[in-house]
Amino acid sequence: MNVSTILIILLIGAFATYFSGDKLSSKVALLFSLAALGCSILLLNNYNAGENISLITSWINQPKISFALNADGLAMAMVLLTAALTPIIIFSSFGNEYKNAKAFYGLILFMAFAMTGTFLASDGLLYYIFWELALVPIYFIALIWGNGDAEERRKAVVKFFIYTLAGSLFMLTAFIYLSQKANGSFLIEDLYKLNLSACEQFWIFLAFFLAYAIKIPLIPFHTWQANVYQKAPTVGTMLLSGIMLKMGLYSVIRWQLPLAPIAAKEYMYVFIALGIAGVIYGSIVALRQNDLKKLLAYSSLAHVGLIAAGSYTLTLDGLRGAVLQMIAHGFVVVGLFFAAEVIFRRFETREIAEMGGIRTQSPKFTSMFLILVLASVALPSTFNFVGEFTVLYSLSQINIWFAVLGGTTIILGAYYMLRMFQHVMLGETNSKTFADVSLNEGISFAVIIAVLLFFGFYPKPITDLITPSLETILQVINKN
Amino acid sequence: MDTNLALILVLTPLLGFLVNVFFGKSLGKTVSGAIGTIAVAISFVVSLLLFNQITSTGKGIQVTLFDWIQISNLKINLGFLLDQLSVLWLLFVTGIGSLIHLYSISYMHDDENMHKFFAYLNLFIFFMITLVIGSNLLVLFIGWEGVGLCSYLLIGFWHKNQNYNDAAKKAFIMNRIGDLGLLIGMFIIGSMFSTLDYATLQTAVAGASDLNSPLLSLAALCLFIGACGKSAQIPLYTWLPDAMAGPTPVSALIHAATMVTAGIFMVTRLNFVFDAAHDVQNVIAIIGGITSLVAATIGLVQTDIKKVLAYSTVSQLGLMFLALGFGAYEVAVFHVITHAFFKACLFLGSGSVIHGLHGEQDMRKMGGLRKAMPITFWTMLISSLAISGVPFFSGFFSKDEILMTAFHHNISLYVVGSIASIMTAFYMFRLMFLTFFKEFRGTEEQKHHLHESGSLITIPLIILAILATFGGLISLPGNSWLNEYLAPLFSKAAGEEHHLGTTEYTLMGVAVLGGILGILIAYIKYFKQDNVPESDENITGLSKVLYNKYYVDEAYDAVFVQPINSLSKFFRDYIETGLSALVFGLGKVTNEIAFQGKKLQSGSIGLYLFVFVLGMCAIISYIFLAQ
Repeated sequence: MNVSTILIILLIGAFATYFSGDKLSSKVALLFSLAALGCSILLLNNYNAGENISLITSWINQPKISFALNADGLAMAMVLLTAALTPIIIFSSFGNEYKNAKAFYGLILFMAFAMTGTFLASDGLLYYIFWELALVPIYFIALIWGNGDAEERRKAVVKFFIYTLAGSLFMLTAFIYLSQKANGSFLIEDLYKLNLSACEQFWIFLAFFLAYAIKIPLIPFHTWQANVYQKAPTVGTMLLSGIMLKMGLYSVIRWQLPLAPIAAKEYMYVFIALGIAGVIYGSIVALRQNDLKKLLAYSSLAHVGLIAAGSYTLTLDGLRGAVLQMIAHGFVVVGLFFAAEVIFRRFETREIAEMGGIRTQSPKFTSMFLILVLASVALPSTFNFVGEFTVLYSLSQINIWFAVLGGTTIILGAYYMLRMFQHVMLGETNSKTFADVSLNEGISFAVIIAVLLFFGFYPKPITDLITPSLETILQVINKN
Repeated sequence: MDTNLALILVLTPLLGFLVNVFFGKSLGKTVSGAIGTIAVAISFVVSLLLFNQITSTGKGIQVTLFDWIQISNLKINLGFLLDQLSVLWLLFVTGIGSLIHLYSISYMHDDENMHKFFAYLNLFIFFMITLVIGSNLLVLFIGWEGVGLCSYLLIGFWHKNQNYNDAAKKAFIMNRIGDLGLLIGMFIIGSMFSTLDYATLQTAVAGASDLNSPLLSLAALCLFIGACGKSAQIPLYTWLPDAMAGPTPVSALIHAATMVTAGIFMVTRLNFVFDAAHDVQNVIAIIGGITSLVAATIGLVQTDIKKVLAYSTVSQLGLMFLALGFGAYEVAVFHVITHAFFKACLFLGSGSVIHGLHGEQDMRKMGGLRKAMPITFWTMLISSLAISGVPFFSGFFSKDEILMTAFHHNISLYVVGSIASIMTAFYMFRLMFLTFFKEFRGTEEQKHHLHESGSLITIPLIILAILATFGGLISLPGNSWLNEYLAPLFSKAAGEEHHLGTTEYTLMGVAVLGGILGILIAYIKYFKQDNVPESDENITGLSKVLYNKYYVDEAYDAVFVQPINSLSKFFRDYIETGLSALVFGLGKVTNEIAFQGKKLQSGSIGLYLFVFVLGMCAIISYIFLAQ
């Protein structure tokens, strides 16, 4: 068995869901996503036992593209993140009714398929295909099932689509250039072996940067984010913020840094600074947001800024912290957007000003929401602290001021999150009734919280999984 | 065995928390309160056992559970260190903690969310224990932020009131400013010595060649910023008075006796780092001195009984930092302990008063409670005598040692500390006279219901008053059990104790006279002359400045909070819109180019021919010119 099994399960699942009809589709989708999760865990087991679970077969001869899936620890970590979040995301949507549900759930599985492929692909063009493929389902999910004024929504979603597509085209160009140099091969190990001049690397680095900076997003390329997060259905927002933006961060580590190491070292300070600027900017903008989902979007912007800064330090700590934080952020942000959805189901609003006084009516929901808020501000004993601490530590080793400035997230994050929590949850009892969480909702929250707390105290399994692959990547970066 | 004991110590309060969170409501108020209290009492018993073991063997116990966070040059595990310092702290945290839990059973009985109150209190004890017994700085940090969280939850316990929620949020955020300092300090220490573990660090620092290096000083300064946040020192003190929004047992436990001493604990724990950074020690002494004076002046005019005690706490913590700054760690620890006794007693006493008056906290509406509440009165009187430094009460010994240390190091800081102490005596007896003497100034309704609190409230008061009286015995001048007990922690020679000479007796006499002077002024003003503080609008002049706490909150608001909010609005309304328009603009430009290009495809043969001929000419002339 190799990792292609996961892809096959998800792809078959997408079609099976579509053909199972509107009534059954959500359950079928959940079943297949759980099967994919089970398969990933099985494969992880085999991988830890030393078995080879990668796959390389030739696919297209001219140009020479291989169907190459390389599952190292880093890729497996990201695949597991996707495989674990997808069923949670699907299950969390059980309280909602969707028109044409079969297409909706089919697209979710298709997106999971494309994202998993992106994490696994070790052939440049195959990777590019998966990368672009993932954009298609989210485009339709946001456009068709989104909320708010249809014209506004179309504008935001089309902007997102074209913007990210445009960025990716630079990456495609870079790949074509690289494969010319590597005698037509797109395989990652061939590309890693290239000896490019500093000038070539600069342009390659920049081309990748455009694709990733828009996808992640880093400031000032983030303008699509808040609007799309707000207008997409919550499931779409979760897919985007929980998994898809990690595609960009993961790709920085997998492709951008090792393919252009000289440039990465040369311009390290610039890109770390850019990431940190995003931390501060995102946090400050989040302070005065009236829309709950938009606030969370800007908080996401701040967090990914820190993750990117960690990656660009080119140190083992920085990379490790970045990956840990990617996973932790994936879970917490899905939980937070779900909390926003739970409130929307009852109050039918996302305006913070119309909320408040929920705590007296729903103690369970309050506790769970608060734990997520605390995880988001990286309270020690949550998984997010492990990641944030490691990243900040790596930054302090580059320059102590990076750690101080990046560390403002500790203060500003607490400020905007607690302020939000106060206005959303506390105060005099709201005049509208707020039913406490249902069993289904509770399960989704409980799973996320359990993951965040468990790895908060015991991150070792993940650290052990990702460290060898990160060391290998660092060897490639430092080969000269 | 040791591992099990340590785990029982830590996990019992956590278990109490979980039981109360999940089943507290259905168990009923009394049971839920009892579970919370027993959980802490068990930890107290374990602490006693550990104390016994440590005193007999003289050696600390190191427990390592498992690897936690892995960083290239650091290996951070989840482990505990039970030595003289941590066990001492455990004793009074769990001891006073048990008493305050007991007290709360009665005090919170009318609250519908009593089980939550006990859950949070238990969680607090869990984190406080973690803070104290962690074997490295990062485990301390779990507890450090954890107690901050509990403080947040308990200040905002009555969450319908948004003012209380504001206070809770303020406490958390101000603490986090300090926490960033602590983190940065950890980063520097980690990169300098490749460890965050206390034991290894001590060896590493001792072996380091360049002590007093700027980098180590920077680390010490950053750690001290952390201490300023948690222990409410200038400039991060303003959250503590606001924290009085929480129920009074919380003020007693968290915001007087235990959590706020975490900064002093951390500095004492890392005494070898601070000893190697003399310039930072000076900063600590100065900040401590100034804080003690500033807070005392504000305390002079406050009319809310809890606010007086809150500023008194800030002031006393300042005195402790004064001692820390001079490297007199054992003296600071001594005052931490005696202060925990009498301040917990004072807060619980004020709680008893507030309870008796159905929530009234304004001293202007109290008076004459002595007869109705004799136990509350006597216990608070004893504690007031103790805090004022009246001879042979516990506070006399500990405060005296601080002032004596200051005298030997720096005369001006000695004067500052002494003035703060005189003011302390004054405002404490102002509080006593206004609350317990003369006629009752409240409503008839309240007067009718005046009564002494129940035994669950008075028993803790009595025990604490006894401790406040005799607590000084642990460190008598010249013959200090405490100094001997703590000696293994400190690198300096044990012989540095003060010998009692003429200077010392003179200083003692001055301090006692100062205390009596303060009490006397209060007596004249509030008993003889029968003054009652003016109502808010009539307060003028210097009093008004003091009453409004030097307008520091307003200044912080104007300098930090408002600008950041304006910046946020500016970013949101202008930069975000601008950037967005820019991206759309790019799209529009592309569209426009396409639109203009389209015009060329008009279908007119004449135009095509013209362009064709023009092109031919251009190519031909290029070829000719190039040759």
